[in-house]
Amino acid sequence: MAKKEEGKNFEELMQNLESIVQELEKGDLNLDDSVAKFEEGMKISKECNKILEDSEKRISILLENNGEVTEEDFNA
Amino acid sequence: MKYQAITVSELNSYIKDKISQDEYLANVLVKGEISNFKNHYTGHFYFTLKDENSLVKCIMFKSYAEKINFMPKDGMNVMVFGSVSVFERDGVYQIYVKAMQEDGMGSLYTKYEELKSKLEKEGLFDEEHKKKIPEFPKEIGVLTSQTGAVIRDIINVSTRRNPNVHIRLLPVAVQGPGAGEKIASAIELMNNKNLADVIIVARGGGSIEDLWPFNEECVARAIYNSNLPVISAVGHETDFTIADFVADLRAPTPSAAAELAVPDIFELKNTINVYQNRFRILLKRKTELMRLKYEKCMQSRVFKQPTDFINDYLLKIDSNIKSLEKSISDKMHESKNSFVEKLAKLDSLSPLKTLTRGYCLAELNGKIIKKASDLKQEQEISLTFSDGKKQAKIL
Repeated sequence: MAKKEEGKNFEELMQNLESIVQELEKGDLNLDDSVAKFEEGMKISKECNKILEDSEKRISILLENNGEVTEEDFNA
Repeated sequence: MKYQAITVSELNSYIKDKISQDEYLANVLVKGEISNFKNHYTGHFYFTLKDENSLVKCIMFKSYAEKINFMPKDGMNVMVFGSVSVFERDGVYQIYVKAMQEDGMGSLYTKYEELKSKLEKEGLFDEEHKKKIPEFPKEIGVLTSQTGAVIRDIINVSTRRNPNVHIRLLPVAVQGPGAGEKIASAIELMNNKNLADVIIVARGGGSIEDLWPFNEECVARAIYNSNLPVISAVGHETDFTIADFVADLRAPTPSAAAELAVPDIFELKNTINVYQNRFRILLKRKTELMRLKYEKCMQSRVFKQPTDFINDYLLKIDSNIKSLEKSISDKMHESKNSFVEKLAKLDSLSPLKTLTRGYCLAELNGKIIKKASDLKQEQEISLTFSDGKKQAKIL
């Protein structure tokens, strides 16, 4: 019932994207490192998109019974 | 003389009619202090309402009495709403109460202010304690009533911003006695079971009494102790409850809370797209820069006329050889000169010249004889003349 902990969260990934942009913008990387950073950036951005698309719509209601919580679909 | 008397019933009936025709008396709001309160076994309330100088009888029937959220008692200051009518049997007029509330507006505000300043001093409103609302929460926990517009508004706004949103509603009473404790324990439950990434505590607009659970200390403490970030959305934009001050983020309305909790997925996707484009542009710029550098390199003399350098070196070698040759011949010349000079000097010092002038050199066993006393009789010596040697004997 409790949610799972995952590796990096969305914020951290987005921050990574920003720092990669900054490193690439500084321009003092050699070509190999630039390509490596570029590939890393593309990989992380795909992960971000995946996180956005992975979630599934669910509107649920939590019912508590003696400390146990169950989740059921909820229709407003 | 004949008197035209009316009966008591007729009188009371007449007065009742008079009173019931009065529109003002059909809806009155009266404040006063309760006295002589009786909670009848039928469920009706009987009491009188009084002030310093006057009193009036009141009755509140069961169907209305069971709707109020407190138990009236003597000495309590209340406001009652109802109609004035006459109870014909007793010949009294009384208020038929339809609604009653504690006339505690003043005292509620005092309580609010007292709790607010107490909690503020304790640091429950401190900015440093406020948690960041996650940028992309996977689960949105909503604590509110499961009926009504609030949850619908939150669901509508959330699903519009992210069609794949996961909302978990934990239904709680948001007004009435005990609501505060229920809200507080709901917040604790969400935390203990880690049921969401962010919690919205929401309620629609209402009177200060309606919103009161959100001004209760237990709710404030539950929000403060929550490890999950809490967004409060209580009442309208102008309503500030204590929960709003403690919450990590205050939303003016429940819809606004949904906007703050649920990021616009299309906007986020666009942001990610922008990043990807920036990566491409930056890499392209880098390769372009490298290409320019390469071209500049290829333009340089080294690559364009590589033999130039070799020629330069050949020339240098030639000139080195020349100077080497020159220095050797100079040296030879110098040595020759010095040899000739020395030869002349040697020539001038040579004994041969002296011999030509008539001297001769006497030697004994190859040694030059410098004194006559060195010689003895019968010794053979050699005499060297300018034109040759002769042997001689000492007499």
